[in-house]
Amino acid sequence: MNVSYLSITQAHELLKSKQVTATQLTQYYLDRIATHDAKIRACLTVCSESALAQAAAIDAKIAQGDSIGLLEGIPYTAKDMFLTRGIRTTAASHMLNTFEAPYSATAIQKLEAAGAILLAKVNHDEYAHGGSTEQSAYHPTHNPWDLDRVPGGSSGGSAAAVAADFGIFSMGTDTGGSIRQPASYCGVTGYKPTYGAVSRYGVVAMASSFDVVGPLTRTAEDAALIFEIIAGVDSMDATTVALDSTIELRLENITIGTSRGAEQAVVQECKNQLADLQYQEVDLPNEDQALAAYYVLVPSEISSNLERYDSIRYGSVAADTESLEQRYARSRGEFFGPEVKRRNLIGAYALSAGYYDAYYNKAMQVRTSIRAAFDKLFEQVDLLVLPTTLAPAFCFGEKSDPVEMYKTDSLTVSANLAGLPAISIPAGRDQATGLPMGLQIIGKQQDDAKVLAAAHAFQQATDWHTQRPPL
Amino acid sequence: MSKLSISDIEKVSRLSRIALTDTEKEQMTIELGSILNFVETLQAADTTGVEPTAQVTGLVDVLREDVVRKCDIPPTELLGNVPAMEDGYIKAPKVL
Repeated sequence: MNVSYLSITQAHELLKSKQVTATQLTQYYLDRIATHDAKIRACLTVCSESALAQAAAIDAKIAQGDSIGLLEGIPYTAKDMFLTRGIRTTAASHMLNTFEAPYSATAIQKLEAAGAILLAKVNHDEYAHGGSTEQSAYHPTHNPWDLDRVPGGSSGGSAAAVAADFGIFSMGTDTGGSIRQPASYCGVTGYKPTYGAVSRYGVVAMASSFDVVGPLTRTAEDAALIFEIIAGVDSMDATTVALDSTIELRLENITIGTSRGAEQAVVQECKNQLADLQYQEVDLPNEDQALAAYYVLVPSEISSNLERYDSIRYGSVAADTESLEQRYARSRGEFFGPEVKRRNLIGAYALSAGYYDAYYNKAMQVRTSIRAAFDKLFEQVDLLVLPTTLAPAFCFGEKSDPVEMYKTDSLTVSANLAGLPAISIPAGRDQATGLPMGLQIIGKQQDDAKVLAAAHAFQQATDWHTQRPPL
Repeated sequence: MSKLSISDIEKVSRLSRIALTDTEKEQMTIELGSILNFVETLQAADTTGVEPTAQVTGLVDVLREDVVRKCDIPPTELLGNVPAMEDGYIKAPKVL
């Protein structure tokens, strides 16, 4: 039985019809990781024992003739930003080398309750601060399509894991493109729900007015299935909003907005494949200002959120610190990586007396303007399509200048500034390199169903999402 | 290209409670300067009379009853990551 590159729906059929057991499926992925992860390096912690135990329990249930849910026995991986009880959570930082959370994130709890099997915790940029996974404190992850290139980031381990068939899906987080950009670079589907739709309880915080939890998958249909499980109000995350998470993948009377005057191959592919839909050129919010506002607001929130790393309640401790002040400063100096330091310092600068109005407050005002531009745009169209990234995955070391790295987020941050649902789906190849390129579909807040339905319609018409890297 | 001074860096390093080596300080003057230069484009935006956005979903004052909830995680596990403990207390270095 060939079980490679299964979607959730395909794997579910095989499990239900007893053509494969959950144990066989789990073992397939563990073997796959054992064979290929030495070159991809997506995994930080592989949980073979707990995964196989969970699979055995599900097999016993199936053997008894009990029916199983859609996610039951479906192996997946999770970015190491998700707390997992009994399994180490590092946030890809030396600060949390040995950290083991006493509880699991709500999203993980929900997936566990639905019977999904956690195979491994996967790599990303330290604390999700980055766009290439090169900033992981442990090691970089390699793009399965070209091992000399980055998988993107920050959820680079997740995107690489899905592309390399290390599990059927992966859970990621998206603050400014961290699900969509690596999905685009690795030729997989990456979905960022409406802000507040999915609880962040138990997810390592980066920038709380931006952070969103979402899946990286093979198909939009799978993303919709996972969304239905993980969405919902959570009393442990006061920012969660109630929305209808029952997704019907139907597209009716949709008008799609495209960027005025721009020649974009993936957008052209969308127009060709979904030719029945109406298209209209629209003015996008100012990208340069969006990116600038993002890189003021996010570091500001980071500098506040990362105050919690005091190396007293938890976290790595620098040697020979005599005073409290030394304990804080030296531990953070020793165990935070360069990008984490940069962002903390920029945030402290933007929030400090004398600069608050010029940077932080100004950026919050620009955020309002970006939201207003989207509101206006969505009066004319239902959805917006644009490329996820300007270029395909880049080579290691190519963006060593922090600002150059920030610019890889230029097409994705706007959706986070406005809290909009957005998805990246494979929609072509870069001509020069042959690497995957993603199409981004953005909707109004709470229009998650429309975004997913459009992505699903595109995948019904094309086979970009079924193409595999040569491993 | 704007560049920050070493004393600017020392100030934010102190505010952030992140100790930096001299080499790091030197490097940060350039890197932080270039990031600040990059976000300078904000100043071109006309934001007269525009209200700042702090959050995007319009939720206000989400409240809950102030009641004690049962926690089934044992205290030893809740304190399992504490670097140093004594007699059930978290040990910290002296404050002064």
